[in-house]
Amino acid sequence: MSVPPEERRPPLSPQLALRVAIAGSFALGMFAIIFFRLWFLQILSGNQYVQAAAVNRLKDVPIAAPRGEILDRSGRVLVDSVRESAVVISPESLPVPVSLAALNTIEQPPRADNVLYDRLARVLGMHTRPVRCHLYVAGVNTFRLSPIACLVGQQVSLAPVQDVTVASGPQQVPTAVEFYLAERQAQFPGVSIRHVYTTNYPYGTLAAQVLGTVGQISAGELGSSPYKGIPQGSIVGQSGLEAQYNSFLQGRDGYQQVLVNAFGQPVSSISTQAPAPGENLRTSLDAALQRVGQNALAYSMSVNPSPFNPSPGGAFVAMDPVNGQVYAMGSGPSFNPGDFTHPMTQAYYDAHYRNASSDYPLLNRAIQSAGPTGSTFKPITATAALQSGVWAPNQLFDDTGLYCVGVGISQQCRHNAGHAVYGVIDLRAAIKFSSDDFFYNLGVRLNPNHPSRHPNGGALQLWARRYGIGRPTGIDLPGEVSGTLPTPLWREQRNLLEYQCDTATGPFKYSNPSGTQSGPRRLPGWHRSPKHPPGGCGIADGTNRPWSVGDSENLAVGQGDVQVTPLQLADVFSAVANGHDVPTPHIGLDVQSANGTVLQTINQPAGHPITVNPFYMDEIRQGLREAASWPGGTSASVFSSFPEQVYGKTGTAQYFNAQHVQTDYAWYACFVPPTATTKPIVIVVWVEDGGYGAIAAAPVARQMLSQWFFGRPGPYSGPWR
Amino acid sequence: MSATTPIQPVDDAVMPRSRSRSLPVFDPLLALAALGLSACSYVTLNGLGGTGPALAQRQALYDGGGLLLALLISRFDYTRLREFKYGLFGMMVLLNLVVYAMPAVANAHRWIPLPLFSFQSSEFGKILIVVALAAFAVDRSRRLHEWRTTARIMLLAILPALIVIPQPDLGTAMVYVAVGFSVLFFVGTPFKQIGAVIGIFAGAIVIVLVVAPAVGVHVLHGYQLDRLTAFLNPSSCSNLQPGAPNPCYQVQQSVIAIGSGQKTGLGVHAYQTRLGFLPVDYTDFVFASIGETYGFVGAGVVLSLYALLIWRTLRIVAMSKNLFGTLIGAGVVAMLMFQIFVNVGVTIGIMPVTGVPLPLVSYGGSSVVVTFIAIGLLESIYIQARMAQAGKGRALIN
Repeated sequence: MSVPPEERRPPLSPQLALRVAIAGSFALGMFAIIFFRLWFLQILSGNQYVQAAAVNRLKDVPIAAPRGEILDRSGRVLVDSVRESAVVISPESLPVPVSLAALNTIEQPPRADNVLYDRLARVLGMHTRPVRCHLYVAGVNTFRLSPIACLVGQQVSLAPVQDVTVASGPQQVPTAVEFYLAERQAQFPGVSIRHVYTTNYPYGTLAAQVLGTVGQISAGELGSSPYKGIPQGSIVGQSGLEAQYNSFLQGRDGYQQVLVNAFGQPVSSISTQAPAPGENLRTSLDAALQRVGQNALAYSMSVNPSPFNPSPGGAFVAMDPVNGQVYAMGSGPSFNPGDFTHPMTQAYYDAHYRNASSDYPLLNRAIQSAGPTGSTFKPITATAALQSGVWAPNQLFDDTGLYCVGVGISQQCRHNAGHAVYGVIDLRAAIKFSSDDFFYNLGVRLNPNHPSRHPNGGALQLWARRYGIGRPTGIDLPGEVSGTLPTPLWREQRNLLEYQCDTATGPFKYSNPSGTQSGPRRLPGWHRSPKHPPGGCGIADGTNRPWSVGDSENLAVGQGDVQVTPLQLADVFSAVANGHDVPTPHIGLDVQSANGTVLQTINQPAGHPITVNPFYMDEIRQGLREAASWPGGTSASVFSSFPEQVYGKTGTAQYFNAQHVQTDYAWYACFVPPTATTKPIVIVVWVEDGGYGAIAAAPVARQMLSQWFFGRPGPYSGPWR
Repeated sequence: MSATTPIQPVDDAVMPRSRSRSLPVFDPLLALAALGLSACSYVTLNGLGGTGPALAQRQALYDGGGLLLALLISRFDYTRLREFKYGLFGMMVLLNLVVYAMPAVANAHRWIPLPLFSFQSSEFGKILIVVALAAFAVDRSRRLHEWRTTARIMLLAILPALIVIPQPDLGTAMVYVAVGFSVLFFVGTPFKQIGAVIGIFAGAIVIVLVVAPAVGVHVLHGYQLDRLTAFLNPSSCSNLQPGAPNPCYQVQQSVIAIGSGQKTGLGVHAYQTRLGFLPVDYTDFVFASIGETYGFVGAGVVLSLYALLIWRTLRIVAMSKNLFGTLIGAGVVAMLMFQIFVNVGVTIGIMPVTGVPLPLVSYGGSSVVVTFIAIGLLESIYIQARMAQAGKGRALIN
């Protein structure tokens, strides 16, 4: 090929040629490196970078689904969801993104973030001064942070990817603030206005423990059975019905996939998945009855004359004695579940829910607190005595005011409450007057002759078990305790535990530094448990004391080691009321769609049949009827004027309370049976440290019955008024 | 030939002189490369979205102005510029000092605000220093064996670089030094001295990066140091101090952008560019934008045009009728190569982040106009060489 002459290179000096060649080779080498790098990036690894770019720009913005409502039996709304505007901070979109790792190493938020927090705080009218702030991180976990920085830190330490709600609701986020922030997104990177659904409680503290609280799903709950498939950061039921029926109540959040720019601001929407609202739960609760019960219980707790006024706790249950539908269930003190729907400070939580002085309002004492029932146990003893033949309905007993067993120096004597003397009485009168001597006598007669050969006890334990003592009732609420039915075997186990604790063996071999936990293996930081003098652990009363006749005497009158929840006692009295069945209590009735269509009826579990001679049952019921209202009956002062046929039993249990002082737990259990009314009901009331059942508990029951039958509670009829 | 002999392009008297009337008035391939890159710049800026089209229109104006300047310069004999070497060098120093009296823009003193556009002194300094150093080197070309010559030329490059660094404009300062080095290289400085200069640079880098910070003297800004160390130790970006700004962020986003462009690019779906993940996608990271929007093909076209540009420049270096032309070409080729390789190298993650514009493609009036001035000079060298070939001693008609 011929080259035009002017294109021919002029002869070069060899040195310049060499240096031009060096420069050209260098350029060629650089271009080669760049081309191969581009080839590697774009052709060989292109897909990987396409994905990285997608991660950059696509963001799922959740669209909150409202939780379903909880209704009472007549459809009144006990819990609903309200749509609110919330100001949320996305920690990963802040000027300096906040991560869990950042929390662990820095004590103060980065300056750029703090400037943003302060700017936002001024808009929202929040403080900017640092306050004490607990973060759930390892090591030092108390910081001094401004309130917003504290909220961000706490949220990130709990659920790192979750957005932080700084303020919500019309009080905290007025419309003007909403607009202000929306118009100035560039000044508030990482801050956005979201519409959220907040659980709302129109009746405040009403049935708080039964309805339960909602809260963010915890690390432990995540992926565990009732919460399977629920994503991190979701609001789920944490207790009560909200937790029990979470699968119905919780909606499925929708989401919108949006294109975001480098500042995290949405540019356009790619796709939308609509949220599915939760379904409504209709319960058997009666809001009005619940309200009356709660007010009356709170009143009783506040005015009871015991040295521990106000009473640290109390509970009531009202249910249908035939089918077990719970009409009302309350626990005092109550609380406002709405506290848990907004950010709460640690100090507030400690003071109101965690410290001993709060009296633990989160505890549902109707199912989670068990104690000796006092004389309300007597119908069980009576059933056992009659059915096993150790006593006959008309058999008479001479109550001299003192009942002794044994002879000589081993003789032990007990007397009636208040040193009363009832003279010659039959079973019916014994229930009416609540003669302890009479039932001590039955307890002795029901005590097995050779306790060691009857590890599960005798007829008394048999019938107590049939009435449901010592096992959970099976109500549709989480966390129910089973209580205790003392038997010879149980006592042996307690003795063994006492021995192991005293000698620091078995499960007591090692304990943690604070001594609150122990176990058979040495965990990190644990030490060998200290030994105790025999009986020093207080697990059993005494050292290796075998089952004695005194245990049976105690059990016969509901004192001592027996532990019964108010709901279990309500079940016992339901069985007495209907005569044949220990119902399984339940609250959930059906699941409805938002417009009230019944989607699913919740199965009503069958009860436990109990076969008692109807004649015997009549005797017991008659005793209860006379005890409730007849002159001389234990609660006649409360119920003598009540128009309905009330069958009731007082109970006053001696108990060592948290201060190790012996006090009286006041019980009252009563029913209006299906034979006497078209709307039968059983009510159990329990007031801790309340004194006599007739004084502290029965008036609460009366107000509830009055509400149930006549639609108004009537005056509080405490004898001290 | 002794190593100290100055390089003297041989004016060829043996070239045939036929077809002299149809001589091209300029190097068409060089012009093609320059215009092609300008077109790529327009298309890229226009496709950025947002303010991109407006930038593209202004860039077209700068291109037009630069092209006119280049045409004008190409008609003059560059050799006359030798006379003004002190004035050119003084003007460069003065311009770079004047900016310190100007209001800062984004904490930087780089611009002199003019009615139509902001004049970036350090950019114009690039071409001024090329011409001035070439002239100084020609003056000393008989004494190349002297270390003083080498030291003096390097100092003449380093002095303005030190003025520019605090503006802050580390990239341009390094261009100045590269120009000085290239002039030394092409003037024929012995390889021993070239090696010594390289050794001194290596030592200086170690001192600036390692020794000076250790004794508490911070020559570089913190962010500049962070970028360099981040480049040298990429793993430092994956386990960052919490809350600390990520010095790798820009490069990470740039590499994602280029990689996701794949073979033919994402066009209007180039979201790294369009949603702002790519920083300064119209200047320092414009190549990443090309890579994402037009893929391997687009990046290849741009790189090919640069290869063409450098090839023609080196050819002009080799064919110049005199040493002054060779050295101007040497300065220009250093300026172009440094900017191309560093800018592209940064976007594909093989160079530490340094802010230099991509010649003719990055948005920016000063850079575009200066590059066109350089191309005008190259064309002038080309034309003068051709004229010398075509008819030795024939007067230049202009």
